[in-house]
Order: sequence, then C-alpha cells, then structure tokens
Amino acid sequence: MTGMRERFYELTREALDENDRVAVVTAQIGNDAIGEHPRHFDVGIREQLMIGVAAGLSLEGYRPVAHSYTPFLVERPWEFLKLDLGHNDLGAVLVSIGASYDAARAGRTHQAPEDVALVAALPGWTIHVPGHVDEADRLFRQALGGDGRTYLRLSEETNHARVDPGWLKVLRRGSAGAPLVVAVGPTLTPVLEATSDRDVTVAYIATVRPFPHEELRDALADGTDVVLVEPYQAGTSAAEIAVALRDRPHRLLALGVPNEELRRYGTGAEHRAAHGLDAAGIAHSLESFFETS
Amino acid sequence: MRMATTTTLGYDDLPELLTRLTGDEKHDRSSLSTLDVLWVLYDRVLGDEDRFLLSKGHGPAAFYAVLAAKGIVPVDALDGFGSFDSVLGYHPDRKLAPGVELSSGSLGHGLGVAVGAALTGRRVWCLVGDGELDEGSNWEAVQYAGRIGLSSLTAVVVDNASAWYGWPEGIERRFMLEGWIAQRVDGRDHEALEAALLPDPDATRPRCVVAEVTR
Repeated sequence: MTGMRERFYELTREALDENDRVAVVTAQIGNDAIGEHPRHFDVGIREQLMIGVAAGLSLEGYRPVAHSYTPFLVERPWEFLKLDLGHNDLGAVLVSIGASYDAARAGRTHQAPEDVALVAALPGWTIHVPGHVDEADRLFRQALGGDGRTYLRLSEETNHARVDPGWLKVLRRGSAGAPLVVAVGPTLTPVLEATSDRDVTVAYIATVRPFPHEELRDALADGTDVVLVEPYQAGTSAAEIAVALRDRPHRLLALGVPNEELRRYGTGAEHRAAHGLDAAGIAHSLESFFETS
Repeated sequence: MRMATTTTLGYDDLPELLTRLTGDEKHDRSSLSTLDVLWVLYDRVLGDEDRFLLSKGHGPAAFYAVLAAKGIVPVDALDGFGSFDSVLGYHPDRKLAPGVELSSGSLGHGLGVAVGAALTGRRVWCLVGDGELDEGSNWEAVQYAGRIGLSSLTAVVVDNASAWYGWPEGIERRFMLEGWIAQRVDGRDHEALEAALLPDPDATRPRCVVAEVTR
C-alpha cells in the first residue's frame, strides 16, 4: 500500500500541475520525488530560508507548501515559523515526514517527538496527525484549499483502517460513566487492541489543534477518567484536556513519547514498544491507571 | 507596494517628523543611518508594483518618518510612538502600520522572505544592516539568490560599521563571491544611491548596494 509520504508526493505533483496558486519549497528532502516544476523551489540545505521563502511566496498570494524531515522543518527554523509566517500572518502548509521515531536507526538527530508541542506553542496553527494514508490525503487537500497555517505530520506508522472525517470520532461506546480513551493519529490500532476487553469509550482525533474541547466533553459523558494517547511527546495535549474539563473533576493519563532520550537505534516498532506505545505497553499503563481508580 | 499618496512633505521636513516621533532633538544613530537610503527609495526608486521589505526593523524612526512624509502613514500617528495604542512600535508590524510590508525586529529574517517574493517575479528591495549580517540566516538567502540569478532582488546593506567583528575585505566581496552584482556607494549621496538602486531591466543577477554611512 502507498504510504503517506508517497501519497503526499503524488498529490504535490498533481497540485503543482493543476493549481497555479500552489508553490512548493524544499531543502533537499523529497526533491527527486516531487520533481522539477517552475513553482518547485529547492533552496539547498537551508531550512531557515525554506520557511522565509514560503512566507515570501505567501506574501505574493501563493499557497506555499514547505516540506522536510520533522526536526529540520519544525525545530531548526522554529523562530521562522513564529515570525516569518505567524507574526506576519502569512499562510503556509508545512508537511513533515519522520514523525517521532520513524528514523530510529538514524538516531536522535532525526527524531522529533517535540514537534507538535513546538508548533502548538505558536498561535493560529492547525495541526493534523493523520493515522492513515487516506486521512493524510484528505487533510492535505483540505489544507491546500485553505489560506491559514497548517502543520501536517506524516508518519510511517499507520492504522489498519482509515477513520471517516470528523473532529472527534467515537469509535466504540462504553457503558454510562465508562472511561474515555482518546487515540491520536497512528496510535489508534494499538489503542483498539489494548482496550478490546475493557469497558471504555474509544475516540479518535487526527486534528489536535485546534483541540475538540466540546466534543471531548460530550464523549466523556458522565465519566471521570480520560486516557490520552499521542504518538509524540507525552502530555502535549494534556493542557487542552484540562481546558475541556475545567469545571469537572476528572483524572487524566497522558501517554506518549517520554521526554527523555532513549539513546537507542533499531526500528520504529522497537521504539514504539520502548516508549510503551504498542498495544502491550498501552494495556499495561491502562491497568495501573484503572487499578488506582 | 505603495499606497496612493497625497505627498506634501519633503526631505527637509524629516528632522521635524523625527522629533515628533521621539520627542527628542537628538536621534539614535541606528535610526538615522538608514534615513537617506529610505528617502531615495521612496522618493525616487520604488514603483507602485514594487515591494520594499525592511529587514533591519531595529531603529525604525527614519522609516516611519519617510512613510509619514510620503503620506503613507498619517503624520498624527507619529505621536505616541511605541505606546499601547500606537500603530508604530520600536519594531514595525505589518498588521498595524500602513505601508509596512514586513513585520521585523528579530534580525536575519527579511532577506529570506524577500527571496520568496522575488521568486514570483516581483521586484523587491530589502534593507539589511551590516551588523544584521552576523545572523547566518542572511547567508542562506544570499547564497541561494546568487546561485539562481534572482535578478528581481536588490539587497541594500546600510553599513555603519556596527558589526562587532567587522567584515574583512568588505561586505560587497562576499555578495560577489556568491554571484551577486555588488557595489559600495556613499549612503548619504542621493544621486549615487538613486543610480545604484534604480531597477536594471538588463540585470541577470541579484544586486547588492552597500550604502556606507559614518557613525
């Protein structure tokens, strides 16, 4: 099956051919796959310039797409996201590959579980974390048609099936007062496996900013326990849950990539397991959390 | 891109506008180092379809005074510079001040944005300071624009020798090595500035004008 990255390149080539407003800026990642086009600008290995150029194109009325590996798209030029795009109020679609640990073998330099927290720290960004290639396809098309600032986080990890459009989709309903488990993006498949024999409500979100506060309240109904499973830094959206449930007593377990260096190579699957984000790890965390309720 | 103006003020009115801005007879050197370059750009060089990006947003009094003289910023807006209700702050904000095409202040951002705008064929002038060139991000823009021959871009470097470690053998040499056409002119000489800054329809490379001013 085509992965998110390949689909993104296909859609990008298509958009360049069909939409005069679309321009693409790269920095030596994805260059060959996107190919030559008068509105594809590869700036060499210069990521600050990549964001500046995207801002300049936006200033002239284009819909720029900037693309690189997660740490080089978000972390290295972060102040350029804040100022060139944000402070200047210019739109762009930023599309990353690599997610938190797709490049496990490449080591820490190519891993960026902090990315969503960093983009979320800036005002006015929409952040999509698709869990399936078809969701990535839909969200990218949606972003191209808009004019705001969108961060689309693609990953090699993917769920077994796509989830239909919807901000917060309830996929399984528990009994009245049952805990709510919210899976973000590609954590859904392990979450469903880890919760298969539990009386919980399972919900899914692929768009984490803005955060679906009201939808989360509705999904929790009379329950008090919330488990949030994010494929990037643990707790990235914990404050959003606190806002959603500001006037309701509740307990929260926020799972994700711990904020510490694993300092291991290997595979993405090994990293997922080491971070406790595979089905067994999630089941184990749920066990301890619910034991104390 | 200029707004329609009802110009009434000239170069000789700038000191009075600056005094109105700051309430001070004396002015910060950095705000004045750019004064003549800005005046020549707005008075003699920029057309309605052109874009000017002030990358060196630090010390913008001269910029605001020129915009006011050209009727782009209302003269009344100069009062209360930097106050809570003012549209004119110590670093310009394009969402607040009329005629400001780039929000700047943090150094090393404007040239990259200027490259992006110039890639669309837009004629763009971008003003940076010699001290600002310390920031490595400028050189990403200089290298790329030079190598691809981005002829719609003109960088104006106001050089008041404020870079702490200096630029041995000159700023213009660095631009030339990267493929730019570069020259040094007297940053107070309006005729020389005009000649250097006017668009060159035959240009096949980006242009750098180093405007030298004494501190």
